[in-house]
Parts: sequence; C-alpha cells; structure tokens
Amino acid sequence: MRLMSLVSVGFVALLLLPAPLLLAKEATPMAEDPVLEEMVDEIADELRCLVCQNQTIADSHADLAVDLKNQVRDMVRSGKSQEEIIDYMVERYGDFVRYRPPVKTSTYLLWAGPFLLLFIGIVVLMQNLKKRRLRTDEQEVALTPEERKHLAQLLKSEEEKNKS
Amino acid sequence: MRFLLPLGLFSVIVGFLWVGLSLNPQEVPSPLIDKPAPDFTLPQLHDPQQTFSNKDMLGKVWMLNVWASWCVACRQEHPLLVQMSRAKLFPVVGLNYKDERADALRWLQHDGDPYLLSVIDKNGKVGIDYGVYGVPESFVIDKQGVIRHKVIGPLGPAELQNCVIPLVRELEKATGESQVSEEVKKACA
Repeated sequence: MRLMSLVSVGFVALLLLPAPLLLAKEATPMAEDPVLEEMVDEIADELRCLVCQNQTIADSHADLAVDLKNQVRDMVRSGKSQEEIIDYMVERYGDFVRYRPPVKTSTYLLWAGPFLLLFIGIVVLMQNLKKRRLRTDEQEVALTPEERKHLAQLLKSEEEKNKS
Repeated sequence: MRFLLPLGLFSVIVGFLWVGLSLNPQEVPSPLIDKPAPDFTLPQLHDPQQTFSNKDMLGKVWMLNVWASWCVACRQEHPLLVQMSRAKLFPVVGLNYKDERADALRWLQHDGDPYLLSVIDKNGKVGIDYGVYGVPESFVIDKQGVIRHKVIGPLGPAELQNCVIPLVRELEKATGESQVSEEVKKACA
C-alpha cells in the first residue's frame, strides 16, 4: 500500500514538472552572440519569405527563409548596416521582399487608400447628418394651422384629464 | 441617379479584383532584368577540381538554368531541355542548387544531360545572388553578360518557342548594346 501511494505521488510529481524542462532538447538556441542575433531578427522581421509570402523570414522555417536569414547573419557579422542588407535583398528579389512596402509612386494608393476611404466616409456621414437635421427642422416648421389646432386640443384635453 | 453611386463603387471594386486576381502571386518580378549577371566561380559538377565562372561565357548568348534532383518541377522541364540540347539551340549551363552531388549525377545519367556543364551551388549562396526563390528558374544572359529574361518555374514549349528562341536569336545578331524588338518584348512580357 505504502509503496503504491509513493509511486503514484512520484508519478503525479513527474506530471507536474514544468513542460519546458521536459522538452528542453527541442529548441536549439543558436545565439552565441545575443546582440548579433537581435539585429539579425530585427532585419529578418523586415524581409518577406518569398515562398510563403505572408510571413517574414523571421517567422518562417522554409528552406529559403533559413538561407536568407543565414545570409543576413553573415552580412551583419561583416559589419553591414540594416539599410545595406535590405538594399542587397531588394536588388535581388525586388520590392516584394520588403514586408513593409516602400512609399513610392506605384504604392501611393496603397498607403493613402485607407485614409482616403476614411475621409470619404466622414464626408458622407457629415452630409447625411446635416441632411437629416435639416429635414427634421423643416418638419418642425412645417406644422399646418390645422395641426397646431389639433395639438392645442390634445394638450388641453390632457390638462383636463390631469385636473379631474 | 440614386443607384449610380453604388453601381460606380461596385464597378471600381470589380475592376480592382479583376486585375488583382488575374495576377500570379507566385511570380515576383525580378529586378535583375537588364542588370549584369552576378559573378560567380563554382566547382563543376562532373569534375569538382575544375571551376566555371559566368565570365567564361562572355561573348555568347546563353541560359543559366537552376535545377536540383529534389525538385519536382525540374523533372517536368527536363525533357524539353534535353530536346533543346539535341537541337543545339544555345548553350545551357546548369546551376545545381542545394543538391547532393551523387543524386545530381545519377539524375543526369538516367534522364540525359542537357547542359554544357553544371556547377555546384551547394549552400545556395549563388542562388541568393540571382534572387532564386523557387526551382527551376532560368536566366537568358546576353553577350555582355547582362540578364535579359528570367523564366520562373518550368520552361514550357510555348514560352520557348515564342519568347526565348526569338530573344536569343536577336541577341546573337546584335553587336554592342543589344536592343530587343518590341515583338519579342511583348512575347516575353
């Protein structure tokens, strides 16, 4: 009995071990130089993985993404600046390799589009509100004499009801 | 009048989607067109003791074909390359991209070797220099060593017939700064 409970306690304790400890072998950290890796990651975050398209090479584990990250690492190590490295990639893969598209003539619409839509939306909204306000104003003014009479009558009968 | 505005907006959206959906997102336009081909010197596949450089081809119009034995689409393209080499159309140099040498040699022995020679790009560095992101890719390079056309994915008979062959013929005839005719430009666009 005692032995059984000891075993089960041991088993539960094993289950409670923090998972990362059990899986510690999985992720091999390659950061011999954390400062360098940080810079590599920063640049890799700006570059699109061309075969996965909606990921940066920092996020992707595709072969090409790993190669490109290695290339970035080599270039950082040899003292190239972020700008130089991104220019190098753009020279070879085109603007598409930038995860953030650059602002230039062919991308003006892309950058300005959302603001333009917002602006149009606000203008339309303002106009509609104005129109609605005008309409209600008009209606208020436009009470006919008969309506006024009717209104007065209603109010009067209400008053009498309240009195009694 | 009331329905004109929504209708107009709708047609604009349809227009954008029409153009957007007809583009091939896999095809990234290469900025390397009309730029000098990046220099490389690499060991040859058949005899690694010997090297080959892109500069060895100056004065000739040639094609650099990026291939690998692990690449499925290359198998699709391969018979056409073999036919081309039988017809002696123009020299094709193979860039054996991130491959095992033994596998690559076995493939060429088995399915035919359409290449003038192949070079080994074991770690894909030269591939990166050429902006390679999918294999196969082919570059048409002129006598001055300038990239004039890039084929992404397997080369098909239609593109070969309509674009690549006329382009190569024009580039071969040209002396000095070679201008390409509008017809060929259109066929290759």
